[in-house]
Amino acid sequence: MTQIAEPGERAAPGFAGTAAGRKPRTRRKFNIQSILGTTPMIATAIGVFVICIIFSIIWSFTSSKLFPNFNFVGLSQYERLWRTDRWIISVQNVFVYGVLSMIVGMVFGYLLAVFMDQRIRQEDLFRSIFLYPFAMSLVVTGLVWQWMFDPNLGIQSAVRQLGWTSFEFAPLVKQETALYGLVLGGLWNGVGVTMAIMLAGLRGVDAEIWKAAKVDGIPTWKTYLFIVLPMMKGAIATAFILSATGVVRVFDIVIAMTQGGPGVSTQMPAIYVIQHITDRANVGQGMAAATMMLVPVMVIISLQYLFQWNAKRKAART
Amino acid sequence: MTTEAISSRLPTGAIDTSGPRGPRPKSVTIGRIGVYAFLILSALFFLLPLWVMVVTSLKTMPEIREGHLFNWPALLTFDPWLKAWDTACTGRDCNGLKPGFWNSVKITALSVPVSIVIAMINGYALSFWRYKGSELLFGILIFGAFVPYQVVIYPLIIGMRELGLFATLPGIVIVHTIFGMPILTLLYRNFFASLPIELFKAGRVDGAGFWGIFFRIMLPMSVPITIVAVILQTTGIWNDFLFGTVFAGRENMPMTVQLNNIVTTTTGIREYNVNMAATILTAAVPLVVYFISGKWFVRGIAAGAVKG
Repeated sequence: MTQIAEPGERAAPGFAGTAAGRKPRTRRKFNIQSILGTTPMIATAIGVFVICIIFSIIWSFTSSKLFPNFNFVGLSQYERLWRTDRWIISVQNVFVYGVLSMIVGMVFGYLLAVFMDQRIRQEDLFRSIFLYPFAMSLVVTGLVWQWMFDPNLGIQSAVRQLGWTSFEFAPLVKQETALYGLVLGGLWNGVGVTMAIMLAGLRGVDAEIWKAAKVDGIPTWKTYLFIVLPMMKGAIATAFILSATGVVRVFDIVIAMTQGGPGVSTQMPAIYVIQHITDRANVGQGMAAATMMLVPVMVIISLQYLFQWNAKRKAART
Repeated sequence: MTTEAISSRLPTGAIDTSGPRGPRPKSVTIGRIGVYAFLILSALFFLLPLWVMVVTSLKTMPEIREGHLFNWPALLTFDPWLKAWDTACTGRDCNGLKPGFWNSVKITALSVPVSIVIAMINGYALSFWRYKGSELLFGILIFGAFVPYQVVIYPLIIGMRELGLFATLPGIVIVHTIFGMPILTLLYRNFFASLPIELFKAGRVDGAGFWGIFFRIMLPMSVPITIVAVILQTTGIWNDFLFGTVFAGRENMPMTVQLNNIVTTTTGIREYNVNMAATILTAAVPLVVYFISGKWFVRGIAAGAVKG
């Protein structure tokens, strides 16, 4: 694996040389112990995050079935992919799931953080309660909520027994609502983290801002919404990127909660890829789907770069 | 960090257990009540599934079929727990969760130290011993933190198979090391970069080299950050499902995968009490880590969040 790493390294010096030149921390340009010590990193960066991705992309242009081959068939895997209802539904699902869970998660997370910021008693206790679901695996999360959503023995029947006989709350059994059940489970698992990040952001805001707002007679809720929130760009971006990468990867919770059903109503791109490289034995198709999954990540990363670049430009101007 | 600021402020309030009445009389307003009402309702939402898990696991099946989801069991039973641990079936095997538990212990016990030692050296080299291309490698690694696993998983399976590591214990350990590396390396790099450069220079003056400075100066200094890393990795690896399904093979199937198999096995009647007992058992290890580590866990999340 080290051998694989070397050519990539030799190709790099132009770019990295300038980076090292800017930072005077490094005395030497070349230290054999340092390279030896970081062999696993070299192997991982080049071997996995470059070469594996390249192979995935290459195989997406082939007719690979059970085993990978190199019979290139142009874009036909992609054409097939975008003609497959199952894939199109998967993409729609991950989009709806992502937008919903991110918007609700951010709003709920921020609200929790704001309420936690009110000099409350037992802050540690509340924090522990909001955060503990995150310590549990998404499989556990999915199974618990699947049980709570059970149409015959879950929340629905418990409430009906209290006398409200027309009460309906079993989202997972219906195609139209199963996705919302997933969103709820996902939120339960992850909102605490958003809250923790937002709270750290809130506490990072200068106390002078609060004093100034009070002097100007601005109501507290307005200060939170219009003054403090825009000052927390870092925390918001962090929470956003964290949940966005989680959304693209969403897999465990779906497998545990719905297995993609009922029908194909909760299929996700990640499941599509795994199914095609395992049970369906259609590697070419699976790799085309995998390559498509790389697209939103690239968009997020470019947006982040744009954001940083913009911030740098602004800083340079002032 | 912020957590410290909070903890230093709390003790004054924590002693008083008179409930949510606010420290000064004037602060008992409708607004205060609203704040607590919102927080308590939210807390109920987060606690409800845990409560349901526990009570369901302690009920007998006839009682569960009556449908009182939230009620404390009328007839307390611990049989579901024993069955979940010892005799619950996954397909043909009826050994309960215990093989999965021990597999997860093995995988976690090996992956955590291996991934942390490697990341520690990476972070150290990236902070003090940069070489041509090291920053580019680090950039690729950070990019790797954002790549969906599905994009690299198939070529990795093929590579592992070529090396004879697919579906073996070393194989799954390597996979966890690979996918833990981006965030852990970032964690250690940021930590070492925050240390005063004089420490490093003093080591150099004393004639210590790469490994000398690492073992004698940096390693002892990095205990706190290593606690964070251990928490992050232990919970992360224990909770993993995807890599366990794909790379571990039947022999090393981790607990999460086995749990899912037990619960979704559809042969016969579904025993919800056994399922919930199994779920709690699987969640127990990370929950214990969470409650013992407390603030360190929050710090781990904050560290994990730095990647943004």
